[in-house]
Amino acid sequence: MTDVLILLVKIVLALTWTMLLALCLTWVERKESAVIQDRIGANRASIFGVRILGLFQPFADAIKMIFKEDFVPSFSERVLHTMAPFLSFFFVAVTVVAVPFGDAITVGGRRIALQVADLNAALLFVLAMLGLGIYGILVSGWASNSRFALLGSLRGAAQLISYEVALGLSLVGLVMVFPSLRLSEIVRFQGGLLFGFLPKWGIFIQPLGFAAFFLAALAETKRVPFDLPEGESEIIGFFTEYSGLKWGLFMMTDFLEVIIVSCLATTLFFGGWQVPWLGAGGFHFPWGGAWNLPAWLVTVFQVLAFNLKVFFFCWLQVLIRWTYPRFRYDQVMDFGWKFLVPLGAANILVTGLVLVLK
Amino acid sequence: MKKGWVVFKEILRGIWITARHFTVNMWFHTLRLFGVKTRKKGAVTFQYPEQVKPLAPRHKSLHRILRRENGLPQCVACMMCATVCPSDCIYIEAGETDDPEVQKYPTSFVIDLNRCCFCGFCVEACPVDAIRMDTGEIRLASTSHAGLEYPLEKL
Repeated sequence: MTDVLILLVKIVLALTWTMLLALCLTWVERKESAVIQDRIGANRASIFGVRILGLFQPFADAIKMIFKEDFVPSFSERVLHTMAPFLSFFFVAVTVVAVPFGDAITVGGRRIALQVADLNAALLFVLAMLGLGIYGILVSGWASNSRFALLGSLRGAAQLISYEVALGLSLVGLVMVFPSLRLSEIVRFQGGLLFGFLPKWGIFIQPLGFAAFFLAALAETKRVPFDLPEGESEIIGFFTEYSGLKWGLFMMTDFLEVIIVSCLATTLFFGGWQVPWLGAGGFHFPWGGAWNLPAWLVTVFQVLAFNLKVFFFCWLQVLIRWTYPRFRYDQVMDFGWKFLVPLGAANILVTGLVLVLK
Repeated sequence: MKKGWVVFKEILRGIWITARHFTVNMWFHTLRLFGVKTRKKGAVTFQYPEQVKPLAPRHKSLHRILRRENGLPQCVACMMCATVCPSDCIYIEAGETDDPEVQKYPTSFVIDLNRCCFCGFCVEACPVDAIRMDTGEIRLASTSHAGLEYPLEKL
């Protein structure tokens, strides 16, 4: 009974964290783009005259989207048309269960992992769910029964499937080095030290793998440098026939994907909740000296570190989104198949050689 | 078109530029948020309704009819402005005064801003410098057409 209760609380907390972060990201996206372009950005949304830098903007957006007409074209397949955004949203949101937010804590003699489900093949689970997300795009394009939506969804499906290959290949090297597919084990393994002083993070062990992973993951989020499924300025994407809250769900999916990619990059390559040189009892610096901390403070530090790293990657992805123009379609395919896939393969080769010769 | 590894250099240069803009602007925004006076601002924005951008001295805005000492308009109802107006938006009805120096004055002078294109020809044409367009009033929205017909009293 208590186990079920704990699990429910963890699910609620994890989902709340993700949704709040996604909501904040819409604000961050507006403000960060504004600051990059020497503007101020949305700051007018207010409640009783209180503005707080436009932080109410996401709520204003939500209210607007809720009260918009939910229009389903007469030529669309009603059931599938309604289902598509939920499919798209579900497969991204469900990946958050595998993300470890912190080390296991002990409350009242009971060991609680700060992770919804400690799956033994979590890495495969996450990749599979991200891959299934393509169904949301395909179904939406098919069910809309309009040429533009169908073209957009086919373009999207082709791109995402191509980059799925690159994403998988880029992580093979990591799997060769790390002892397990369990995300919690992977993070725990990264707590060690390299050459006695460098934290044993994935980025230091697998720099090439990180480059390939991050580029492929950027394409998976289908945001601007790779937004061929959408192409909001010239070509029309897979959610042409959507309006109101269903369209909002597609938009939310994009932001959730940004968060999931940030979580993955953090967990796999930047030590997850590990703080450099912070062990169970406190800091142990390689140049000598220690700083002992109580267990609860260590946990707080770890969760904070995880959040900071995730925020950083969200920021980086928004920065990238506001820096680069969109690829041409053949360039996207070239980049995926002729650059990222060979890069992933080369990474596997080099990793294998190093592992054998060691 | 640039090809090969030069592309990667340019990609990195691009993100360097946006990251620099972000950090520099955030620095000034943060300083100003905590009340530190800085020479530069984080953004070039004018927060329009509250913060009005100064107009150039040669701007053209809402018309103004200059008055004599006794309050009568300086206009002598010569119809020059009404004639030159390309939008045909000035309506003048002339009347006689008792003052022998003045003789004619407008009993009604209406500028229809629904039609006015703010070309400034009326200012150029006026022989007695009675009309000018230097009030600085550029927010002239109205919910009705009648609200944009400016009679002599409002000019």
